Amino acid sequence: MTTRRSFALVRHSLLLAGRGLRKTRRNPGILFDALFLPIVFLLMFVYLFGGAVAGSTQVYLQYIFPGILVMSTIMAGLLATGVSLNVDVKKGVFDRFRSLPIGRSAPLIGSVVGDLVRYAVALISLFLLGYLLGFRVQTGLVAALAACALAVTLGFCMSWINALIGVLIKETSIVQSVGFLGIFPLAFGTNMVAPTETLPGWLRAWVNVNPVTHAIEATRGLLLGGPVSGSASTTLLWSTGFLVVFAPLAVMAYRRRA
Amino acid sequence: MCGLREPADTVIPMSYAFQAEGLVKRFGKTTALAGVDLAARPGTISGVLGPNGAGKTTAIRVLATLLCPDEGRAEVGGLDVVRHAPQVRRLIGLTGQYASVDEDLTGTENLILLGRLLDLRKSEAQSRAAALLSRFGLSEAADQRAGSYSGGMRRRLDLAASLIGEPRVLFLDEPTTGLDPGRREELWRMIRSIAADGATVLLTTQYLEEADALADEICVIDQGRLIAHGTPAELKQIVGGQTIAIRPKNPGELARVAEIAAKTADREPEAPVGGVLTVGVDRREAFTDTVHALAEAGIEVAELSLRLPSLDEVFHTLTGKQAA
Repeated sequence: MTTRRSFALVRHSLLLAGRGLRKTRRNPGILFDALFLPIVFLLMFVYLFGGAVAGSTQVYLQYIFPGILVMSTIMAGLLATGVSLNVDVKKGVFDRFRSLPIGRSAPLIGSVVGDLVRYAVALISLFLLGYLLGFRVQTGLVAALAACALAVTLGFCMSWINALIGVLIKETSIVQSVGFLGIFPLAFGTNMVAPTETLPGWLRAWVNVNPVTHAIEATRGLLLGGPVSGSASTTLLWSTGFLVVFAPLAVMAYRRRA
Repeated sequence: MCGLREPADTVIPMSYAFQAEGLVKRFGKTTALAGVDLAARPGTISGVLGPNGAGKTTAIRVLATLLCPDEGRAEVGGLDVVRHAPQVRRLIGLTGQYASVDEDLTGTENLILLGRLLDLRKSEAQSRAAALLSRFGLSEAADQRAGSYSGGMRRRLDLAASLIGEPRVLFLDEPTTGLDPGRREELWRMIRSIAADGATVLLTTQYLEEADALADEICVIDQGRLIAHGTPAELKQIVGGQTIAIRPKNPGELARVAEIAAKTADREPEAPVGGVLTVGVDRREAFTDTVHALAEAGIEVAELSLRLPSLDEVFHTLTGKQAA
């Protein structure tokens, strides 16, 4: 019975994720930010700060690329997930889902999983531009894929935070702003832009705790060579933590939403 | 339906498609439902009538397993809506106040998705979707995005969507709000045909006319309380007698008509308006008596009717407020 129920949950979630994909295909415009934000950030950092921070744009490109990669997947998750959920709740589509004999978590899982396409778009756009500018993976294909997988994992697990916000907050535009504002301390409060040693003490403390820092460390190691296992396992631990805490909270909030 | 009133001569206990007893639901300090009883026999249409904020939607949401009541209990198909919510969801269809179809999907895609979520096989979901779309006159628009549908089409799609699982009980929350009169009647016909197929329908409405046109029994609620229930005719009788309206073929005979009517109705008629004379009656036989008396007097009539007060008047009398 339990296995049958979990099979049903997977099937229903996938059906709903398929719905999300279909909606994305109809409105490719909603992929705009996933497509262009990585490009904008990469160009901006490399050419604005490259000379100042690293003395050369080419050296800086190698340094910052892994950071932008992690930031892109986190943004892809945080910017979209809560928003599409919020719209569904408002339009009454979720009422209908809730009146169906499907798992309470299926619509949420479907929505979050359906947004995975955004990560793919962000990664492809980032790698294309990176290679065009001269970025080169120093390790190998498998390691590079592992880097992407790690970044997507963290982004996916963190997107549950915004899923929770999307269900809790009434106003769609506020959901969007909260997601957007959350990106700054998370993505920039890291050693993405500059080495940790150059930061003031209080910021260093945050940077060392911030899971995104560990993800960037691990991604650097996977793309450029260097130690990986410590930072990668910390990242996975954090990811699991986000998922375990926020997914049930989001489902609970969704269940309660009147 | 409301109040679980059963005729005294019933020996076998009635079975209800759904029933609710003493539903109480509070949202913070607001009491949306203050102890509401509802019930309906299978295959009937019940109307919940009330102004905005009366608690109609809350009542439907409790029955449709979307809200847990704070007090009281509700059953659909004999299953408790809280304890057996998953099973209840297999029996019900819900159409919300706002069309809850996905605007980015086509009509067909919307229905197939819901069918598949109800664990229908793909082929089954497809054939049911096609059949429903054709039944609701949406075959031509089947492959267009629901976002491009007109208001009436969207409501029909919404109705079709709630039928894909062939529900035994259908909840319609203000199904025609915002539709123009022509579209509304079209939807009424469809709702009647759904009940004719054996489903039990519970609909909420702010339109007295709608409850009158559709419902076998009407429940009037105001501020979370049931204030009246009965058939449309019963409700109308609560608020006083009926009226006979007579329009003689020859307006010159109005005075003679008034004389006759005063005798049969045993009360003074109103002054004629536009060639029509009206008189209130307390006895049902007064109408037949009037017909006979007019025929005996040889007065030809162009119009002769027994009118019930409108539901607007019913509502006004019950709540002391003007209907929304």
